Amino acid sequence: MSFETVRIAGVNDLSSSKAAPTPTAGQRLDHLLMVDMVEPGSRVLDVGCGDGTLLALLTECRGVDGRGIELSREGVNQCVARGLSVIQGDADADLVAYPDDAFDYVILSQTIQATRRPRAVLEHLLRIGRRAIVSFPNFGHWRVRAELALKGRMPVTENLPDSWYDTPNIHFCTIRDFVALCEEVNAKMERAMALDSGGQPVRFNMPWWVWNLFGEQAVFLLKRG
Amino acid sequence: MLVSVGDLPVPASQVDEPDSLVARFGADRPLVMDSGAVIAPWQIAYQTYGSLNAARSNAVLICHALTGDQHAANRHPITGKDGWWSSMVGPGLPIDTERFFVICANVVGSCMGTTGPASLNPETGEAWGLSFPLVTIRDMVRAQAALIDHLGIEQLFAVIGGSMGGMQVLQWAASYPERVFAAMPIATAAIHSAQNIAFHEVGRQAIMADPDWRGGHYLQAGVKPSKGLAVARMGAHITYLSEGALHRKFGRRFQDRDAPTFSFDADFQVESYLRYQGESFVERFDANSYLYITRAMDYFDLAADHGGVLANAFRGTRTRFCVVSFTSDWLFPTPGSRAIVHALNAAAASVSFVEVDSDKGHDAFLLNEPVFFATTRGFLDSAARARGL
Repeated sequence: MSFETVRIAGVNDLSSSKAAPTPTAGQRLDHLLMVDMVEPGSRVLDVGCGDGTLLALLTECRGVDGRGIELSREGVNQCVARGLSVIQGDADADLVAYPDDAFDYVILSQTIQATRRPRAVLEHLLRIGRRAIVSFPNFGHWRVRAELALKGRMPVTENLPDSWYDTPNIHFCTIRDFVALCEEVNAKMERAMALDSGGQPVRFNMPWWVWNLFGEQAVFLLKRG
Repeated sequence: MLVSVGDLPVPASQVDEPDSLVARFGADRPLVMDSGAVIAPWQIAYQTYGSLNAARSNAVLICHALTGDQHAANRHPITGKDGWWSSMVGPGLPIDTERFFVICANVVGSCMGTTGPASLNPETGEAWGLSFPLVTIRDMVRAQAALIDHLGIEQLFAVIGGSMGGMQVLQWAASYPERVFAAMPIATAAIHSAQNIAFHEVGRQAIMADPDWRGGHYLQAGVKPSKGLAVARMGAHITYLSEGALHRKFGRRFQDRDAPTFSFDADFQVESYLRYQGESFVERFDANSYLYITRAMDYFDLAADHGGVLANAFRGTRTRFCVVSFTSDWLFPTPGSRAIVHALNAAAASVSFVEVDSDKGHDAFLLNEPVFFATTRGFLDSAARARGL
């Protein structure tokens, strides 16, 4: 099974055309795409690692030396109980302690929108890791736009199920917003892809606005510029 | 053998001839201490549980806290109660004695068989008393390392301990990184805080204010500063609990009465409980040992020993760490553990950190907290896999 990578004007896909591992039941496609971006045997920090599913997958498929940071105690407990090196902490407060170039990859999966200072967090990712992998829900998706434009209400979708008053996601952005931030912090985009609502890569070799409309989430492989 | 409580603070038999294993070192292997003092002969009392494998790779060292001892998982020879960590250490328990060879040694300066102020100074034929040199956490660890050498163990699979035991774990990892495969500092800190030094000072002053302390020479006089030591223990015991735990356990309930007696009797259950804690403590602990060991904790500042940067203590370490704190622990609160974690991150060490939700205060590390136990089990299991055990 192979995935086409959507090309964006000005962004070159530098990766080899290696296929991600074949998904089995219960595996998230965005996880498999991220696994595909990681070189075997590398050092990886997963920021907001949840119950450790991605870290465990990386350890299994890529033999990485993996570490994690997770906000929820339950998540940390599950990780440690399954033998992963994970600390209870959060991206805003704990990244500062890590030295430059401590990891080959720092992953921020579906977390940047929940941080207090996304820009500072992204800068730390690029400082700590030789590469950063960032995925996030796209607030520019047509369903989100439709909710806001037609109903006049803050969007509640399958992918973003929380109401505005109790969502942990305090800093939503669209794919275009994120690209702008990358330019602002001088991050180089090595790979970028958008996934549709089925978790499949958006199969358009099309300009930005298509992605920004049909991508429900996006995954970026970044490097210091 | 069950030793009855005699006139001396601690039955003399436990001080020099304890009901446990003892390693004795002569003039050829003196204990060189941070104060500059050199002690010989000296001895270290210890217990072991489980058996050492042929490769000598499954040894776990447990470090006890301020008033703990080597009797971690067996019946205590003085109190007759279960060992202080018998819920954690044993067959099938998180520190599984069917897999691991568990060692627990009494610290230097204590009174349960390892050389300390209550021990006999062979040069004078009397107890050391205050002529015993001041002890540091590093001295305790140095003595344990001598024991581990004596047992023919090159590398410990794990070093685990809570509170002052956690300080020893950190010191082990800093002093002998290649001898520690996995380290678990629990409910501890890399530095003893001003507040904790203050609490210790109150305890020490309570002991010294007891006329029976006799300037530290009470053993020779055949008396013991029981009142002072009991008050020290009562004050310290409060710091081991939490407001929530005290409220849940006692509230404002009266002790064997329905109304206040308008006296200074122990009207409240919490008073009665503290008095009991103080009285029972003096039966098993030496007052001078309490002075020495609290002082050792006060002096602990691992960063200061490494140019003021805690991360330097762990530079290049290959030890895997699992740091644990408890939400209601106000003696060693979570920020102290987080500082250790940040230093380990800065040193690029492998570290896990769990803050366990508990209302039981500092003492939570001695109790069966399910999340804490699951964490310990998970960490040791994965470390054992990595070690090929």
